[in-house]
Amino acid sequence: MKAAWLPRVALHAGAVILSLWVVLPIYFITLAAFSTQDAVYKYPKNLVPQDLSTETMRFFLNSAGVVDSLQRSVFVAALTLLFALGVGTPAGYAIARFVFRGANGFRLAVVSTRAFPIVILSIPLAVTYIRWGIDDSVLGVALAHTALALPFAVLVTSSVFAGISVELEEAAMTLGCSRMAAFRKIALPLALPGLAAAAIFVFIISWNEVFAASILTLRNPTLPAQVLSVLNESALPFRFAGGFFLLAPSLIVIFVIRKYLFNMWGRVVK
Amino acid sequence: MAAVRFESVRKTFGNVTAVDDVDLDVADGEFIVLLGPSGCGKTTLLRCLAGLEKVDGGRVHIGGRDATDLPPRRRSIAMVFQSYAVFPHMKVRDNIAFGLRMQKESRSTIEERVGSAAALLQIEEYLDRYPAQLSGGQRQRVAVARAIATKADVLLMDEALSNLDALLRMEARAELKALLQKLRTTTIYVTHDQIEALSMGDRVAVMRSGRTIQVDSPLTVYDNPADMFVGGFIGTPPMNFLEADVSPNGSGSVVRLSGGSFPLAGADTASLNGRKLVLGIRAEAIGVEREPGEGLIRATVVVNEPLGSHNLLTVRSGEDLLKVSARPDLFPPPDSDVWLRIEPDRIRWMDRETRSALDLRPAAV
Repeated sequence: MKAAWLPRVALHAGAVILSLWVVLPIYFITLAAFSTQDAVYKYPKNLVPQDLSTETMRFFLNSAGVVDSLQRSVFVAALTLLFALGVGTPAGYAIARFVFRGANGFRLAVVSTRAFPIVILSIPLAVTYIRWGIDDSVLGVALAHTALALPFAVLVTSSVFAGISVELEEAAMTLGCSRMAAFRKIALPLALPGLAAAAIFVFIISWNEVFAASILTLRNPTLPAQVLSVLNESALPFRFAGGFFLLAPSLIVIFVIRKYLFNMWGRVVK
Repeated sequence: MAAVRFESVRKTFGNVTAVDDVDLDVADGEFIVLLGPSGCGKTTLLRCLAGLEKVDGGRVHIGGRDATDLPPRRRSIAMVFQSYAVFPHMKVRDNIAFGLRMQKESRSTIEERVGSAAALLQIEEYLDRYPAQLSGGQRQRVAVARAIATKADVLLMDEALSNLDALLRMEARAELKALLQKLRTTTIYVTHDQIEALSMGDRVAVMRSGRTIQVDSPLTVYDNPADMFVGGFIGTPPMNFLEADVSPNGSGSVVRLSGGSFPLAGADTASLNGRKLVLGIRAEAIGVEREPGEGLIRATVVVNEPLGSHNLLTVRSGEDLLKVSARPDLFPPPDSDVWLRIEPDRIRWMDRETRSALDLRPAAV
């Protein structure tokens, strides 16, 4: 009996340490972002919120280009989400459902696109973009991010669909559905939580991506590109505020989509 | 209501032939069971009928029209899957209504048909639950209710009961049979369970390696198997098969087994003379005596299994091992001798080379 509580305590302790590992930096960044500029420089730091103010945030938001780049980041991430899931979901479905010649090769090809270092691709990519006239634009960055996010979208959605019994769709087809309708009425609703998870990945990949965004934009950077380009010359409060802004949307997206992840008819997808 | 007709249907997967040139006629309102070991092509044949598999050759007719190239939704079929395939994101009510909604029935019709299907399967109290809140047996009922609610012409069932535990399965079997007798819908039922096949079907189609070997009434399949495979696959215990030689003896013939011989009377026994044969006989068609007698064959008891209604004996006679049903009061101990009476008119003669049954049944009246 004595040993029974030990693994549980270890488990809980591990969970607490892991949570702190993730939460503490977020907490400090948030704290700094909402403190006075003086408090940011103060040492030792206060662990509890004091001197709360929006002074740092206002300073950050009033810096040149921040609001615009923030807006662009949202558009880029949204477009990337649309493209990557729009293309990736049918591809994932095909991999999960159909036996076709070269299915394994296709799967490999999807993953291997990640093997091309974007550093090497960046110059030809920039040249091509200039030629096509989509350099320094939201669409251009979104396309590059789609290329980065697509393998994840395909692999995640294919495993989601593989987890949904094909008999469910077949049953729908015997009950009057066309193939398309069976997908829409049965597979798609059942896949929603998984697709939501894929959406999180894709959104965050785009939101946090800085390299392609820096190379492909000049006057119209996304937020990470903007922050990166002025990071070295900027004051500490600016960095914290920028960090918070990069962090916050990811957190919000996770909290919004989380609902779909857990709230699935008493988890019965099988 | 519709008849179903398979015309030399073929289906291959890569270089595996799952269904090999199957011809089968199912009458309007008939309950036919496709029976066979796993991998014999019975489910594939059913899926060809449902339109879930494209046939590689032959035609499928449903209700007199060629349905070979129709998608499943145009075939007027309903199917119950082995996994039940109950939609997990819909309440029981919406599951049953699904097919009706696809047919664009009016609200009142849907409500009425969902109600009557649920009543038939006694699941009315679960209509507002999600499948995850139901037991396996209840989910199976939902699947059947969903299938019958659309009043399709042909009902297809793929191992519809095999995911239930043994006791529940027996109960569900009788209920399902009663239900289908009430509906009189043409039903094609796939199973690997020979008891299910015998107890439920109007006819049983025994399949092996993608072909139908025998299509007959349950009793015919049981008593007169078309070949040694059918005789061995159907029945508990399977049919006994003994190598036998028949030679003329006066007016009749004499049958020589490895453990003894017995006389065979009748006019057409002459055609058996001199052929290499296998004698097929059911366990319950063998009489067991404690004393030797005329035309009896001696055997030694190996195992005696009391089963309540009868005792199942495993006996050795010569080189042959037989299963024999004995009266429940007969308890011969192991290694003791018993004498077997083989009922001549219950013998199914098989050819030793082809392993197929001979058409004649000597001494049959």
